[in-house]
Order: sequence, then C-alpha cells, then structure tokens
Amino acid sequence: MDVLDLSRWQFGITTVYHFLFVPLTIGLSLIVAGMQTAWYRTENPAYLRMTRFWGKLFLINFAMGVVTGIVQEFQFGMNWSAYSRFVGDVFGAPLAMEGLIAFFMESTFLGLWIFGWDKLPRKIHLATIWLASIGTAVSAYFILAANSWMQHPVGYRLNPVSGRAELTDIWAVLTNSTTLATFPHVIFGAFVTAGAFVAGVSAWQLARKRDVALFRTSGRVAMVVSLVAAVGVALSGHWQAQIMTEQQPMKMAAAEALWEDETSAGFSLFAIGDVENGRNSVNLQVPNGLSLLATNSLDGEVEGINDVQARYQAQYGPGDYRPVIGLAYWSFRLMIGFGALAGLLALAGLWLTRRGRLPESRWFTRIAVLGIALPFLANSLGWIFTEMGRQPWTVFGIMRTAAAVSPGADVAEVALTLVGFTLVYAVLAAVEVRLLLKFIRMGPDPESAPAEPIPALSY
Amino acid sequence: MELTTVWFALIAVLWTGYFVLEGFDFGVGVLLPFVARDESDRRLVVASIGPVWDGNEVWLLVAGGATFAAFPEWYATLFSGFYLPLFLILLALIARGIALEYRNKSDSTRGWDRTFFWGSLAPAFLWGVAFANIVQGVPLDAAHEFTGSLFTLLNPYALLGGAATLTLFTFHGAVFLALRTQGELRATAIRLGRQIGLLALLIGGAFLLLTQLDKGKPLTWPIAAIAAAGIAGALIALGRDRDGWAFAANALAIVAITATLFANLWPNVMPALDPANSLTVDNASSTPYTLTVMTWVAAIFTPVVLLYQGWTYWVFRKRLTLD
Repeated sequence: MDVLDLSRWQFGITTVYHFLFVPLTIGLSLIVAGMQTAWYRTENPAYLRMTRFWGKLFLINFAMGVVTGIVQEFQFGMNWSAYSRFVGDVFGAPLAMEGLIAFFMESTFLGLWIFGWDKLPRKIHLATIWLASIGTAVSAYFILAANSWMQHPVGYRLNPVSGRAELTDIWAVLTNSTTLATFPHVIFGAFVTAGAFVAGVSAWQLARKRDVALFRTSGRVAMVVSLVAAVGVALSGHWQAQIMTEQQPMKMAAAEALWEDETSAGFSLFAIGDVENGRNSVNLQVPNGLSLLATNSLDGEVEGINDVQARYQAQYGPGDYRPVIGLAYWSFRLMIGFGALAGLLALAGLWLTRRGRLPESRWFTRIAVLGIALPFLANSLGWIFTEMGRQPWTVFGIMRTAAAVSPGADVAEVALTLVGFTLVYAVLAAVEVRLLLKFIRMGPDPESAPAEPIPALSY
Repeated sequence: MELTTVWFALIAVLWTGYFVLEGFDFGVGVLLPFVARDESDRRLVVASIGPVWDGNEVWLLVAGGATFAAFPEWYATLFSGFYLPLFLILLALIARGIALEYRNKSDSTRGWDRTFFWGSLAPAFLWGVAFANIVQGVPLDAAHEFTGSLFTLLNPYALLGGAATLTLFTFHGAVFLALRTQGELRATAIRLGRQIGLLALLIGGAFLLLTQLDKGKPLTWPIAAIAAAGIAGALIALGRDRDGWAFAANALAIVAITATLFANLWPNVMPALDPANSLTVDNASSTPYTLTVMTWVAAIFTPVVLLYQGWTYWVFRKRLTLD
C-alpha cells in the first residue's frame, strides 16, 4: 500500500468510527431533553429517573464523539495537505464556523447540564440540555455544508494563477442544494439511531421485568421517534437521490449498476456485475423503478455508467471515472435495507406494546436488541457509499483524491498513525461498550436516590 | 488594519485562550498523583475541572479551524509537517478526555488516573516543542512542504520550549487547585505550586531570553518582561494566600508568553530556514472575501461565546468541598 491508500484507509476508519457516536449523540440529546421537559412540566419523578438513566448513557457516548472528533479537525492538514491548500479558502470557513458556533455551545452547556443539577434553577438547567442538543445539530449542519461542497462545489471560482479554489459566495455554500437535502437525511437518521438504541435497551429491560412502567414509556417514545424519523429518512433520501442523479450521475449509476443510459430504467434489487465488460450478468429489477425514483417519471432518462464514463473522458481527459461499482451498489442497497428494517422494527414494537400490552415473546426482545445495530450499519454504509461513490474525485469535478494527499507524507509514518488510531479506537470501543452495558444492567437510580451526579461533592 | 493582520491576531488570541484555559487542565492532570492522597481527594481534583475542560479544549478546535479558514497554507504545512508530534498530541487528548469522563463511572480508577496524567503531561510538553519550532523556523521547500523529520523538531531549543510550557502549565494547575480547593488539599497544591512555579520562572525565563536574543523585536522585550513578572507575581501571591491574584498573574504570564511568541513570529506564520520559502500572513492567507466573511462570524459569535463560557466559571466559582 502506498501513502494514498493508507491515508484513505485512515480517513475512512477515523471518520466512520467517529460517526458511530455522532448520530447517537444528536438523537439521544433530543430524547433526553424531551424527557427532562416532561419532568419540568409534570414534576413526575418517573420522568426525572428516565432523564437521568438515559442521560448517563448519552454522556458515555458523547465523550467518545468528542474525542474522536478532534482527529477529524486535524487530519485534513496531516494527511491531506494538498487538499487543504487547494480548498482551504472555501472548506475552512464552515469548519471554523462549526467550532466557534456549535462546538463551544455543545461542550459548554453540556458541562453546565452535567454539573448544574443543584446549581442552576430548574428552568435554566432544562435550557442547558436543549442548547447542547441544538449545538449538536448546528454542528452537523456546518460539517455537512463542508462535505456537500466536496460533492457539489458551489459559490467558488478557480484562481487561474494559484490554481486554487476561492470562495465567492458563502451563502451559496451554506445553502447548497446538496446540504439542504443531506442535513435532514442525517438528522432523521440520527433520530432513528437513538430511537433504536432506546427501544432495544428498553425491550431488554422489559424482558427482565425491571421498572416496567419506565421502560415501557421510554421504549414506546423511542419507537415513535424511530418510526417518524424513518419516514423522514426515506423522504429526504429520495430527494437526495434526485439531486445526486443530476449532480453526480456516475454515483447514481454505480449505486444502481446501470451501465447504459436508459429511459424507463428499472430499480435493481440484486445484480452481479461484470465490470470489465461494463454490464450485469444477473440483474433482478423492479420495472421503471429507478426512473420513477430518480426523475419522478416512469420513463425518465437515467444515465448509465458507460455513457457517463465516455462523457467524463471527453470533459476531464482520459482516465477511469468509475467508483468501485460493487461497493457503491451494495452499500447503497444495504443502507436502504437496514434503514427500512429499523423503521419496520419500530412499527412492530409499537404494535406489540399497543394499549398497555407488553411484548411477551423472547424473540421480540432478541430482535429489538440486535436491531440496535441496524441504524448504525445504515449510517456507516451511507457514508461509505457517498464518499466512495464520489471517487476518483475528492472534490467532484475539480480535484482528484490522488492529488489531495500530503506530498511530503512518509509511508511508515502514515502506517504508524493508521495502526495507532485503529488500535486505540478498538480499545476505546471495548471500554465504551462495557461501560454502557454496566450502566444498562444497573438500571435507573432507585426513586429515593439523590439528584446529584457526584454525591460526595458540592460546589 | 489589514484583515490578514486581524486574523493573525485572532489566531494568536485563540491559542492564548487555549493555553490559559486548558493550561490549568493539563496542570491539574500532571499534579493529580502528587496532590491527592486518597480517592476522595482524587475525585475532587478531577471534579475541579469537570464542568469546564471540554469547553476549554474547544479553543484548540477553533484555533485549528480558524487557521484552516484564514491561513490554509499555514494549516496544511503545520499539521502535515509536525505529523508525529501532532499524532501524539491527538492520542493524548483522546485518552485523557475519555479518562476524565469515564473514571467516575468505572469500578477501578487507577488506570484512568494514569492515563489522565500522561495524557495531560504529553500535550503540555509537546505544544511548547511545536511553538518553539514554529518561532525558530523549520526546513520548508518552495512548495511550503516540511522537509525535516521528527528529529528536526526535537532540537534543544524546542525541548526547552516544551519544558517551559510543561512547568508553566503545571504551575497554572497548582494555582488553579489552590483557588478551587480548601484545607489540606489546598495546602499541598500551594506547596507544590511554589516549587514548580520557581522552576517555571527559571525554565520559562531561560526560554524567553533565548527567544528574545534570537528573534526578539523591540516591542516584545517588555511583553516578555511582563511574562516573567507574571510568574514571579503569581509565586508571591500564592505565598500570601492570595489565590485569585496568583491565578490572574499567572494567566497574564501565559498571555504574555503567547503574545511574545506570536509577535516575534509576525509577519511570518511559519518561517523557513531559507527565508525565501517562509510562509507569511500574505502568502499563506485566504482571499479577502473569505477573511471578511470570517471576520463577521467572529465579531458576532466570539462575544457570545465569551459571555456564556464566563458564566460557566461564575456558576462553578465556589471552592470545592467534600461534605
């Protein structure tokens, strides 16, 4: 492997790993804020216990999101210095805004929330979790604006002298159509994630008949959140796919293993591709499905891989402009499949717990617990699809990934940091899961427990 | 004033804020094994920075983001060039953040406390190494790529810089603990603080003197003097039970040292050994449009951030006690 491959693996690993924690943080912060709001309004101590139990799990997860996020901020400079020089004028702005506007907000108000239970008036304390929660979503917006610019660069010009991208319109960057479609997709995905997590943990607790009322309520709230959000994910995903068809036709064609331009294109369910000859040997399709999804019309034209490749060669010069087709095809399909299953699971759970019922079947408990993994898989595959599907570009149409890597980077050094981060991340994952399990097993504090996070301390 | 100058100053302010705030967090981590006798002491020491450490660390992220936005070339050269030290800093920050958040949730705290110690010590030292190298100048080629190795960065002057920030931040942590605790814990913090503060004055003074002799400008001599006076003042105040004054004086010292380094740097942002290849505020900067946009964002949001972060310190202003 050369520096480029190692750097790509490193970026992939650190980013996908970071994004295991991010959606759970975004979604769970809102669920916890909702529970605390219910407590604030009703003064029902059950809501307080709920807030504190889920709040603890939220904090364990939040810490991982914070520390893995530090790497994200610096690895552009470390491994991708050519990229940083080329795009810094445009790409740096949303990143700096994210730090100044969102990171300060989430970290500061979360600190106040954790340690402020008996220091702040109830209303102010409630406001701190809401501000932290809003901060996480604002952060997502800016980083998605930065990423969307890589998918669909807008509001810039190429300086002919320096050869670099220069910002000409910040509003165009912040209101990029790609951002506007991606943001709801990611945020709804975060709610599905948190919903599946809370529902899975609740189902497990219900099977143990512990705190039945508390976990029945938590679980049902979470499943409603998951279900509504899953519909949101599907709708925003549909919007995104239409934008992608227009902005990155190659990515869409690869996602569908569609080789030639087609009107009335079918939606592929299962295909075995023959990349060398540019065709599928097996392809099971829903007739007209792709045309309908991508263009809102049964006989709309969707561009195929071979045709886009020919067009790009004419436009950008000789080269292979195809991403890894099999990876794009399967990551796209599995993302949709896992996401849909998460939604269906929430629906099934709501049905099984309707009107005071409790799920009796051991199977439901097992499936609900395993179901926690579904949105995490869908999130990771979604990012793998959107980033790998953009290849060979790092900034679509203007910079190739091969040209983005740090020219001075040393293979041994990049290999060392790749191994180092991966090992540390693996250890941290084990620590985090163990800690989550410990607190899940412990269950909520008994009703008489003091409302102080560190009982022996006072300020 | 030119926008590039404004942004150079703003980035200096962000690093200053980072060193003043996370400086005492690092110091608290380094001192943990020495000030705390038992678990309840250790809990208290860690809790002294519990509500604020994460917000303090964001200063670093914003400094990094602002450098990327305002001086992309600086960001690219610095972080790709100082590759391994930065990797170590990142690992340390990851480990220490997790240690801080997980220690009180775990059954055994020993491993976490050790992680917190090393995770605080390493960046406290390495930031000094990094900044000493920036000020001194490093080998850059015409494309502004760093051409040295790890050992280029580990030169005696840079190691002295590392020792200076390590002792200074540790002293800062001791003064902070004195300010935030009571009784025996506070007495221990003061005793250790007076020893480490003396070291900080000697090593920091030597580092400043060397820096001034090599790169000093007429303007930075008085600032460097203020830095030394700040450490000395903090030592004196600490000896007279004026913890608040001691903290303010040492914070001033950190501000003055950072200001000295940045003022000596300007108009370079990363001087090269061959001056023709140096990165300056002009050749490293973004376009005037980007700088204008970012200036508006900073002008609106920085006061807001300062207000609510300041409010956090106000909320948690009382000394910690075990009851």
